Amino acid sequence: MQLAATIAIDGIIDASWLFIVAVGLTLVFGVLNILNIAHGNLYAIGAYTAASAVGWYYSGSGPELLGYLVMLGAALLVAVAVGPIMERGLLRLFYKRDEVVLVLVTYALFLILEDATKLIWGVDPYYAYEPYGLLGNVSLGGLSYVGYDLMLVGLAAVTGILLWLGLNRTVTGKVVLAVIHDREMSRAMGVNVTRVFILAFTFGVFLAALGGAFTAPKISVQPGISITVILLSFAVVVIGGLGSVEGAAIAALLVGLARSAAIHLMPSAELFIVYLVMAGVLALRPEGLFQRATLRKI
Amino acid sequence: MGRLGSLGAALAAFAALAVLGRVLPNWVVFLTSLAFAKGLVALGLVVLMRGGLVSFGQGIFYCAGAYAAGLAMRLLEVNDAVVLVALGGLAALIVGLVIAPLLAGYRGIFFATLTLALSMIAYGVLNKAYVLGGSDGMNLHAPSFLGYRPPTPEAASYALFLFTSLVTAIAAALCRIHFDSMRGLLSIASRDNEIRVEYLGASVKRVASINFIISGGLGGIGGALAGLALGHIDPDFAFWTTSGEFVFLAILSGYASVTAVFFSAILLELVRSFSSQYFPNSWQMALGIFLLLVILFLPEGLGSLLRRRIRPRAAPARIPVESVE
Repeated sequence: MQLAATIAIDGIIDASWLFIVAVGLTLVFGVLNILNIAHGNLYAIGAYTAASAVGWYYSGSGPELLGYLVMLGAALLVAVAVGPIMERGLLRLFYKRDEVVLVLVTYALFLILEDATKLIWGVDPYYAYEPYGLLGNVSLGGLSYVGYDLMLVGLAAVTGILLWLGLNRTVTGKVVLAVIHDREMSRAMGVNVTRVFILAFTFGVFLAALGGAFTAPKISVQPGISITVILLSFAVVVIGGLGSVEGAAIAALLVGLARSAAIHLMPSAELFIVYLVMAGVLALRPEGLFQRATLRKI
Repeated sequence: MGRLGSLGAALAAFAALAVLGRVLPNWVVFLTSLAFAKGLVALGLVVLMRGGLVSFGQGIFYCAGAYAAGLAMRLLEVNDAVVLVALGGLAALIVGLVIAPLLAGYRGIFFATLTLALSMIAYGVLNKAYVLGGSDGMNLHAPSFLGYRPPTPEAASYALFLFTSLVTAIAAALCRIHFDSMRGLLSIASRDNEIRVEYLGASVKRVASINFIISGGLGGIGGALAGLALGHIDPDFAFWTTSGEFVFLAILSGYASVTAVFFSAILLELVRSFSSQYFPNSWQMALGIFLLLVILFLPEGLGSLLRRRIRPRAAPARIPVESVE
């Protein structure tokens, strides 16, 4: 019983940051039809930027809790600096091409950004431990958890709810949904699709960077984190159904729980359990858990 | 070119390579062997791509072939390159037969992601399978060739190069023949529109399965040859970046020409070894930029350059007269 509770709580904590990153990936796929392999690099850039910003902030004497705002600011900065340039400067050139070619373009971007991060931040790990201890420890069912981890769960829930409300209850959101549903028809109805693309892509970058910024205090930020993250969020997005926000939430939970179960029960399976879940789900539901029906065009 | 023409061209290419291998420095010979091995895997991917499917998990065949060869060498003490490569191809073919039914219903990005998932499972399992060397993999020693044991390392390298070139030439000729055959042309048709092909009375599923199995066999042969050339195999053979490299090769060469696949493979190995020599800390970046430039400026791949030069005007397609199955 105790073990089951531990697995569940660890799994939910793991699912929280994974959801934030993966929902960005799924949103970008939904709107732009790009499965962005470089999404993990954007996560890493967010983590590095936040780690640098946190290091700078805590060397001064500002109020400690404002460190969280600094992390949020770092994620915003990455989104604004990288998002529009990447979409307008590069991805735009390939929209007329096959969707697999676009995957390959983002694979090239992954290779480029991987080295660019090393050139900017070096290969030594960064630690941004200060914000991690600020919220103290919380006792849950006899076990002690770091308050920060539970805050992450809250952050993921807020992100998910805001995103859902934003998409379903605002005009801009409905325009985005219309573009997801049918790009050409939206354009014919007078929607500025180009602007929606820039907006959605930048928001996707923001979510990746946000996930990176808020996991930075938990981990040592070093080369290679982008690969782990893209592989996990990729699985989440595919399990949930490409382009589905609800799917990403359920799938993130599924992946988080599977991973924490593997870590507690069968550590050697941690590497491939996620893909086992993915293959299992795909074998039963070829297009993921929450895939909308698509028209068969002849 | 007819069937005999393709075979003749392949033999001529092999003869030219055999002479070149004698003249070129040893590192070029090694690099070319490796490039041909990888080119074979990419050729398998081209077979799939002609049918409109792109696999991001070709690494699963590549590693199946390499590990089959490695295990046969280690456990069964098989030393002959011909047997080892045949076993590698066979093992991958079996893997292909097993997973083909699972994949048959998938298209586009879903096919790509599912193949990726399968190869990543293989990667995870291999990493933890201590019998197979775990994450360290295993070493392969220099093989013999139908009883011939090369006396020096240079001779071994040349012998392996000759063998790889021969396998490559034969595979290339057979693929060309396949591409121009009824079934090969049906692949192109299914890529353009599956429903029409079904209405014409052919089975898209069958075409896709056969292409998938061919690509598996080629992947296994390539994996076994790469394992022999490198002398070492490890789980990275199944990692997604390895599979990504094959997709890159296939896109780089395009699906119009078979020869282009091998030119692309050599080009990629050259770019990689030069950039890792001259920009040791940013060779991935160099590779990424190269990849972007190719996709941007050569949308149809290198093969389009070759084809354009050979046939300035598009010849009318020859329509086979036999009835559709």
